[in-house]
Amino acid sequence: MKHTISVLVENRFGAFNRVATMFSGRGFNVHSISIGETEDLDISRMTLVTSGDDQIIEQVVKQLNRLIDTIKVVDLTGQPRIERELALITVFYQKGTRPELTNICDIFRGKIVDINNRTLTLEITGPPDKIDAAINVLNQYGIKEIARSGTVALKRGEQAKIQPKISTTKEKEKV
Amino acid sequence: MKDHKQKLSGAEIFFECLKREKVEYIFGYPGGAVLKLYEKLYDVDFLEHILTRHEQGATHAAEGYAKATGKVGVVLATSGPGATNTVTGIADAYMDSVPIVVFTGQVPTKLIGNDAFQEADIMGITRPITKHNFLVRDVNELAEIIRKAFFIASTGRPGPVLVDLPKDVINSVCEFEYPEKVDIKGYKPTFLGHQNQIKKAAEMLKKAKKPLLYVGGGVIMSGGTRELALLARENNLPITMTLQGLGAFPGADPLSLGMLGMHGTYWANQAVNGCDLLIALGARFDDRVTGKVEAFSTKSYKIHVDVDPAAIDKNVLVDLPIVGDVKHVLAELAAEMNTKPEISDWWKQIEKWKQECPFEEDPNDGKLRTQFVIEKISEKTKGEAVIISDVGQHQMWIAQHYKFVHPRSHLTSGGLGTMGFSVPASIGAAFGKKDRLIISISGDGGFQMNIQELVTAVAHKLPIKFIVINNSFLGMVRQWQELFHAEKYSFTDLSQSNPDFKKVAEAFGLAGFSTDKPSDVESILDEAFAINDRPVFIEFKVLKEDMVFPMVPAGATISEMMTKRLNPKTMV
Repeated sequence: MKHTISVLVENRFGAFNRVATMFSGRGFNVHSISIGETEDLDISRMTLVTSGDDQIIEQVVKQLNRLIDTIKVVDLTGQPRIERELALITVFYQKGTRPELTNICDIFRGKIVDINNRTLTLEITGPPDKIDAAINVLNQYGIKEIARSGTVALKRGEQAKIQPKISTTKEKEKV
Repeated sequence: MKDHKQKLSGAEIFFECLKREKVEYIFGYPGGAVLKLYEKLYDVDFLEHILTRHEQGATHAAEGYAKATGKVGVVLATSGPGATNTVTGIADAYMDSVPIVVFTGQVPTKLIGNDAFQEADIMGITRPITKHNFLVRDVNELAEIIRKAFFIASTGRPGPVLVDLPKDVINSVCEFEYPEKVDIKGYKPTFLGHQNQIKKAAEMLKKAKKPLLYVGGGVIMSGGTRELALLARENNLPITMTLQGLGAFPGADPLSLGMLGMHGTYWANQAVNGCDLLIALGARFDDRVTGKVEAFSTKSYKIHVDVDPAAIDKNVLVDLPIVGDVKHVLAELAAEMNTKPEISDWWKQIEKWKQECPFEEDPNDGKLRTQFVIEKISEKTKGEAVIISDVGQHQMWIAQHYKFVHPRSHLTSGGLGTMGFSVPASIGAAFGKKDRLIISISGDGGFQMNIQELVTAVAHKLPIKFIVINNSFLGMVRQWQELFHAEKYSFTDLSQSNPDFKKVAEAFGLAGFSTDKPSDVESILDEAFAINDRPVFIEFKVLKEDMVFPMVPAGATISEMMTKRLNPKTMV
């Protein structure tokens, strides 16, 4: 099963390499890694998508924690979260297919960001499965190139619990 | 009043920091990139620099020092080849959790990445084999980084830390301030075990009918051997130790079942297999211990105490993890034990196993065997010596037959299995433990891997006893070839190419002895142990084809244990 793991690391020489080395050295899968600065300039956030059974994921989290440069490791899988990926997809078009491609782009809430006499480039953002779906559809027109950013993710903010106005007797007893 | 801070060069800061870390010895080798440090070292009087003859030797010596004393071992090497030569020792220290700090020179920061003379990306090379490593890019960071390096190496689960020192950083000057406190955001080792977990463990132990303590090197590292003895003696608990755990509890004590695992005792392995409660203390369920993981101690409730959370559930899933310093957890656990478990039947069963399959006795046929030599050394030294073994058959025979009395007395390369460890590591141990008898034991193969360090021992008149168990073979590999590889003794026979070891040792300046007769062993040991003004060399020429038993083949189960040679033949 795929897991999305968010890691806060020291924004320092070699920190990214340390994580990557640990993954390859211990034989863990990596589907994507993305890294960028955060609100604190001393800290970067790395979002990793990995896969494995529960024991492997437990080891991934523990081994990440074990690195001196990692500050916080959270497995976001199963938690309310927002996941996004950005893809740039360059597709071939012919006379008749341009409107179709524009239409597909609209359906995926994408943007056409570049065009020449043979190809156009779409920018699509969303959860990784949406990108997969878009690529799948665009394949039949002939894809020239794809660049994907890898997943970035954040936990959703704590939602205030809104008390129901009328509670059942059972719930009252519990309280 | 700002100007009380001194302005010091990087080299001066380096030694000021080492002084504050109470470093007694640096094991090192000079070279271009560290010349400034060696210039400064010339005037330093608060520590001693030990010149080894190879940087690998320096790293193993630092390991030997650290393992024998519990203090941090320090290495200094130059850039490029100097740095890469330390790599095996660093990997060894990483596998066996040995606290060492390795300082390597580096080309000037401006030249890094330019393929400069004697440049190697030692940061990249050692990243997967260090607990952490640092490149010092500015002299202003130097003091803080050295402080952090020693802190990281020695706390939590110990390990090697490398600090890469570019030439220009050592040469530049800044105000020196030694940071009294260390704060690393991402590094807060857990120290105290969780109270409720310890209570649960005690409850399990009280109820247990067949408990077993499985003791690893972590007990020795945490200094928890007294607490272990207290818990075991109060509750009459059987103890089995890993290769690194030997010495945590006296080997001759009736509570000790000896070592477990591939070449462990029959009864210890049966006890692991048959127990209903297995308490792992500072051990890591290594594959040489478990054999086939799925069949490892299947009937037991497992408690695992370790300071490293990642060690838990890594190889074997446990029922009750306790993350914390083993010494503290043991003390708390002992305090919780108000009723003793009722285990007299369990002891009867263990005794039965002991009778069932004891170690093979020496046939007394006039031929010299390693087991006999080790038993004699154990008797002569009353188990009180510091034994530094190398890797292979002799290492396993030492683990089986030397009855260690004290912790930090059995130094060996366990995890990485580095041949050539013993000679240099014994030099480090000899500096760290001047009041103890230091015995290095190697095979004829491993002895040649760092033989150059005999010079270091001679230069410092260290009274180390260098023993070589010479069977003219790479014995352990030969054993596997005989058992599992169709008796194809491919490149393991050294009989045609081995030098005359006694002559070699004498040329280095050691006193030399050699024999192939069992009757000579005691007198030679007596004579050799009496020489204390220089190192001594003793060669024991043993049977070529002797094998270590019992043996659980790699990845096999306890029931597949081989207890003796299947097709006995006349050995030469």
